[in-house]
Amino acid sequence: MSMIHVNTTVNGDEVDFVCDPRETLLDVLRDRLSLTGAKEGCGTGDCGACSVTVDDRLVCSCLMLGAEAEGKSIATIEGMATTEALDPLQVKFIEYAALQCGICTPGILIATRALLAKNPDPTEEEVRYWLAGNLCRCTGYDKIIRAVLDTAKDLRADAGEAR
Amino acid sequence: MYSTKYHKPASIADATAALTAGEDATILAGGQTLLATMKQHLASPSDLVDIRAIDGLSDISADGNVLTIGAAATHTAVASSAVVRDVCPALADLASGIGDPAVRNVGTIGGSVANNDPAADYPAAMLALGATIVTNTREITADDFFEGLFSTALEDGEIITAVKITAPAKAAYAKFPQPASLFALVGVFVADGAGGVRVAVTGAGEDGVFRQGAMESALGANWSAGALDGVAASQDGLMSDMHGAADYRAHLIAVMAKRAVSAA
Repeated sequence: MSMIHVNTTVNGDEVDFVCDPRETLLDVLRDRLSLTGAKEGCGTGDCGACSVTVDDRLVCSCLMLGAEAEGKSIATIEGMATTEALDPLQVKFIEYAALQCGICTPGILIATRALLAKNPDPTEEEVRYWLAGNLCRCTGYDKIIRAVLDTAKDLRADAGEAR
Repeated sequence: MYSTKYHKPASIADATAALTAGEDATILAGGQTLLATMKQHLASPSDLVDIRAIDGLSDISADGNVLTIGAAATHTAVASSAVVRDVCPALADLASGIGDPAVRNVGTIGGSVANNDPAADYPAAMLALGATIVTNTREITADDFFEGLFSTALEDGEIITAVKITAPAKAAYAKFPQPASLFALVGVFVADGAGGVRVAVTGAGEDGVFRQGAMESALGANWSAGALDGVAASQDGLMSDMHGAADYRAHLIAVMAKRAVSAA
């Protein structure tokens, strides 16, 4: 079996790994780089538990090959908080109890951070449509949606754009 | 256990060479279906030929009223393209509703068209708009391209490079998504375009995308949602599965067709 050597960036750090050409990016992150925050739920792109960003684009890491990471910049849940502080979204998720079992939470945080980077003032409908690919079987989504909208409001206030 | 080689050619010629050399080589155009299929062992390619680094293959451009979309353009790229929005807004709307954001960021128009999933959105648009599928060797009309379930006119080793669409006078797509997969349970694309008045249905047909002749005649005579009153879609040839029976899908075809005409 011919393995391939891949050079990439993960959460700002230059990383290289060797993998089978059929190995998914999710397998590489979890099994080779010990970054187990992204989860495998369905393995078919339906549940969003494996969400990461590649060059700032939200993707399902279970539906990308490790080989496709060559030269790209990957961001996972492990890079979201700094050593000093949680990300504002993480703080709000705790405040709103927007999680129960937590399996979907890394994917939802990554997905919503990608949304707020693109659209700092989303409507409730936009948040719900954006999260169409992130399934949660515990919360009923409501607390998640409210936590995201409240985070967005705070971030806009911080940016001096409060309404 | 089998092994797979990953190729990332920079030109169509190199891609063709890799496809020809491999015993069971497959194009990787996005992988949002292919990778899931490989995990289920329904595909076990000897070679994956990733065509997305080929120069120009993701370009979107318009020449007058003719829109050309490169095969490797993602659904997000089509949905957010000012050129697509200008020439054929219905197509941008359709792209913005495929799957979820993560799938749209990676899945491509060429991949979707080549896969011809019976519940995919793009085949309905291609057929209704009378689009041309451009490959490395020829141009194929949408009428000749979609041959049946996951089946197309593509030959082994043939690569879709672009699709070409002439701006329609009117067009719109209405879809009733299957809520878990977000594929079309029924999707109807209506257009008054290069191919005349057309109504193409996805998600419902046992053989994949098809045209609804009775609705085309009714709309050809009178383009209005009211013209479809009493024009029932036949259940013949429609899928029945856990998500919906044939009579339910037939009913949805009529409802979605009217919504699409009203939106066009």
